Amino acid sequence: MTRTLITGNAAAAWGARLAGAEYVPAFPITPQTEIIETLAGWIDAGEMDCRLVTLESEHSMITAAGAAASTGVRVFSATSSQGLLYAMEMIYAVPGYRAPFVLVNVSRGVQTPVTLEPDHNDVLAARDSGFLQLHCATCQEVLDSILIAYRLAEDHRVRLPALVNLDGFYLSFTREPVEIPDPAAAGRFLPPYDPESTRFHAGEPVSQGVAVLGGAYYSYFRYQQHLAAQRALAVYDEVAAEFAQQFGRRYDAVEAYRSEDAEIVFFMIGSFSTKAKDAVDRLREAGQAVGLVRPRLLRPFPAEALRRALEGKKGVAVIDQNLSMGMGGVLHGELAAALYGRAGMPPVLASFIGGLGGRDIAAEEFCEMAAVTRRACTEGSTPPPRLLYTADELRQMRKLQTVAHAERMEGKTT
Amino acid sequence: MYRIRFHGRGGQGMKTASRILGSAFFLQGYEVQDAPRYGAERRGAPIFAYVRAARQAIQERGIILEPDLVIVADDSLVPMPAAGVLQGIMPRTVLLIHSGETPETWRHRLNIAGPLLTLPAEAAAGDGQRFAGAALAGAAARLVGVITSSALERAVQLELAGLGREIVSANLDQALAAYERMAPEAGRVSEGEVFAAAACRRPDWVELPLDEADAAAAAIHAGATSVEVRTGLWRTLRPVIDYPRCNRCWWVCSEFCPDSAIRVNAGQYPEIDYDHCKGCLICVAQCPAHAISAVPEAQA
Repeated sequence: MTRTLITGNAAAAWGARLAGAEYVPAFPITPQTEIIETLAGWIDAGEMDCRLVTLESEHSMITAAGAAASTGVRVFSATSSQGLLYAMEMIYAVPGYRAPFVLVNVSRGVQTPVTLEPDHNDVLAARDSGFLQLHCATCQEVLDSILIAYRLAEDHRVRLPALVNLDGFYLSFTREPVEIPDPAAAGRFLPPYDPESTRFHAGEPVSQGVAVLGGAYYSYFRYQQHLAAQRALAVYDEVAAEFAQQFGRRYDAVEAYRSEDAEIVFFMIGSFSTKAKDAVDRLREAGQAVGLVRPRLLRPFPAEALRRALEGKKGVAVIDQNLSMGMGGVLHGELAAALYGRAGMPPVLASFIGGLGGRDIAAEEFCEMAAVTRRACTEGSTPPPRLLYTADELRQMRKLQTVAHAERMEGKTT
Repeated sequence: MYRIRFHGRGGQGMKTASRILGSAFFLQGYEVQDAPRYGAERRGAPIFAYVRAARQAIQERGIILEPDLVIVADDSLVPMPAAGVLQGIMPRTVLLIHSGETPETWRHRLNIAGPLLTLPAEAAAGDGQRFAGAALAGAAARLVGVITSSALERAVQLELAGLGREIVSANLDQALAAYERMAPEAGRVSEGEVFAAAACRRPDWVELPLDEADAAAAAIHAGATSVEVRTGLWRTLRPVIDYPRCNRCWWVCSEFCPDSAIRVNAGQYPEIDYDHCKGCLICVAQCPAHAISAVPEAQA
């Protein structure tokens, strides 16, 4: 087993290369650009047989991806944050083409204010688009998830585009040891794309992006996408099992870490979940029965697997690295919907919002989230949602506001 | 786990230094995580990079708050609060400064009792001083005491492959020289502990109050605030005008300056605004009369 130190971005590029991507429509945006640069370098050096085209925007990029996928070639693309949002009209449009491809999103907080560091509001804006979503916690998982995503997306029972998500900075620019699969082994797992009926020939015209008037027709086409996405749950299990058999790395739709006998579990997605594992280990050393449950698949939502993983637990600390204004954490609501009204489900779902714009979640904060959730279980009441924000952070903010206020008032009489 | 932070300026090779050290640890059989951290990419601005190395898989992520070793490539960053060089320094943290001044001077200046070492900066500055990455990675490799010189050598070759034999060889010499120089301090850096849940301090969380929109909007209500940002601090090399040579063409250098940091005075001579000149040296390249030269900031 050879392992190499590579970044999450390099791992994403390796995923596309080993998948034998044939067409890459591209547009640069931090912190994703390194993926496209790496692919461009390989194509230029003749190490990858692929056509890379720079488009004039992400909107055009996703249009090109959907159109190319409709002609039966294997398509890869990558974007981030505002780029994903700029493409959003087409992100919602192309799943209806029922032409599969893989898009990597490198999570970065969205404006306003502008930032470069990650949270998950960008990718969650694509939640209801029809794209399948796989969320990664390590650089290894990024590479492997891309191979799995192609198998899943291209499966004739599914045929929907898939989005693989990794966090900016914490994965995109961070090097970790990664086992890069042998091209032959990758090819055995993911053979060249067989587009079946998804082809385009001059003599057999096809129109995409068509209109239907009449809600019943519309409902049919939309609900078919939903049914295909739900079908992807079972297909995912098959594909992940095959991957594990071939490469020895298991990627269940829901990762359960030391949670079998846990009373309290952390529930979250993304790279910070490795910090949660660290906290679980430390809390276990201190005699506390704590675990982690992490959905890798967010669309389709693995509700049944989550219920199995959470059955009999006393409480769940849901950590949302996103914020739905006027509602709270998105995952908290999703999990509640999956558990509500079922026997044996944890009675306490405590909501924590943390890691917005890349803000760290400290080790002691994990300990405290476990403690708050445990207290809530004892008292039998769900605590109010909590933003992870310290007094010192507020003090720093107030200092800036004081300076800003003084500048604003300078020379003005009030 | 070893937790190591490199501080420098964009372009000084801190990302490369962290990768050389990361690879050296990895070749030595350690699990490794290394990453640079910067904002909007820019040459000369303070940046840092970090390395974690441990015998077990690393689950920690992000900025290192309690470093075992802090390395500073550019000593002008030490007093700069925005650079955060001294953040989280503990009594046992080893501080290594790439500097022409003595450890005693720095110890006195910073009022630090903990271990403080210097790697002397080359007297003849120029490129040798600007790209100190390989030397500092070599020094770090010896300070942790668990990396052999052959692992260091292979790491330099691995990370700089593609830059040509000459550059690799020059960097290798620097790395190995620094490795030798730190021999008396071998193993000075010790591994930090994993945190214990029992010792966890309760975070000082607060309820965020609702403020009036006027105060809570991310808006700046003042003009020309960019003047207040002294981007001159990013400079490692300073353009200096040799006025007797200037032929007063009155526009080439000022026109090409991407930051409008060169103005032409009433006598048609250019003047450089050193508060905002970032040291890109485009003016040096463009001046038709070759009247602008680049001088290392430390000597200016």
